[in-house]
Amino acid sequence: MTAFFRQTLVIAHKDLRAELRTKEAINASLSFALVILLLFSFAFDPTVEQTREISGGLLWIVFAFAGALILNRSFARELPNDCLDALVGAPVSRAALLLGKSLANFVLLMAIEFMCFPVFGIFYNVRWTAQFWPLMLVLALGTWGFTVVGTVFSALTVNIRLREVMLPLLVYPLMIPALMAAMQASTHLIAGGPLAGDVLVWVRLLVAFDVIFTALALVLIDAVLVG
Amino acid sequence: MRERVIIICSGVAAILLAWNLGRMFLFLGDEAQQGAIYRIMFFHVPAAWTSFTGFFTALVASILFLARKNFRNDALAVAATEVGLAFAAVNLVTGMLWGRIIWGIWWTWDWRLTSMLVCFLLYAGYLVLRRAVEEPTQRATLAGIFSIFAFADVPIVFFSIKWWRTQHPQPVVWGGGSIDPAMKSVLYWNFLAVLLIGLVLVLIRLRQEETQREIDALRRTAHAL
Repeated sequence: MTAFFRQTLVIAHKDLRAELRTKEAINASLSFALVILLLFSFAFDPTVEQTREISGGLLWIVFAFAGALILNRSFARELPNDCLDALVGAPVSRAALLLGKSLANFVLLMAIEFMCFPVFGIFYNVRWTAQFWPLMLVLALGTWGFTVVGTVFSALTVNIRLREVMLPLLVYPLMIPALMAAMQASTHLIAGGPLAGDVLVWVRLLVAFDVIFTALALVLIDAVLVG
Repeated sequence: MRERVIIICSGVAAILLAWNLGRMFLFLGDEAQQGAIYRIMFFHVPAAWTSFTGFFTALVASILFLARKNFRNDALAVAATEVGLAFAAVNLVTGMLWGRIIWGIWWTWDWRLTSMLVCFLLYAGYLVLRRAVEEPTQRATLAGIFSIFAFADVPIVFFSIKWWRTQHPQPVVWGGGSIDPAMKSVLYWNFLAVLLIGLVLVLIRLRQEETQREIDALRRTAHAL
């Protein structure tokens, strides 16, 4: 068991180091996120009141778009020099490989989200820190669900035609429950509401989604990578 | 053997359908509040059940394929998904027609409509995924995995969207709604008819898949020679 977690951390560390050296996914993803944030302000030109009502939906759509760029690179990065074959052939369990890569993607996407929040606050004139820690909880749960499902599908689509299109096409419909829960909870928390009642139901839904799909991903990853 | 099953099932389905249509239009009167349009329910509801039967069959076939690598299971998974998707479309379209008459709108973001639409998109994704993979074993494996993910998502989608919104009439079979026993009997008999039509379509589609595989194999042999 400890070996499993050590392998997971080694994989995550490797991915993060490779990303920090090239910065190819994170740069693209961050600029994309900022562009979409900007576009939304043209699309809706919202007042402060309207912004508060759409804040969760707006932010999570930005995160989902930006996340797709990171996830697309996750396994595609291993294709040159046949690194993917080496990783699959390495004496590391495939579940550890998936978990490590999910963890790296989670850290990257969370970093982008942290950078988006202040920008969102400034551009849209919203004080979003009223319920900071509950908001971070929702952010972490939603992002984990997205990255774990996205990483499996990154592996699943790595060798097929139209990879960049297929990943969002398959992942977004699957993510609808988690995205919806994260959007509803975030909107409520950004508006300053407490972590109780309906929000708690959404948080529970996020936890259930994360548990179910993490388990499913760990079970099915062998079939994805080896066949 | 399969030919005979197809012919017998289509025959039984045709007779049942004719009998049900007769009962629907000659025997059952108009519904008190909805008038004549309520009869669309006799196709709307069975179409939904048949499509979920199809998706469930696809799930079982996909798991069997991943466990045994037998391509017959993969063929069954595609056939059942395609037929399920067709009946999901029937369900959505009949629902929209009914909604236009009774609610005055084609579409509303009610939880059952939205859930069905999400299911439709998920399984449409399954078919798009199959098109994107060339190699048959890889195609069957990846599609099978996606089918498992999609089916696991369905209950969560239903639950979450239910929390989000509600405007649909209560389901007549489980839950608060009530229905005349004569109508209920027609509904169940028509479910059987629609299910048999679905079965026949799956069997025909299965035969096409198997023929396709045989043609591919022959073509590969021809190339090798």
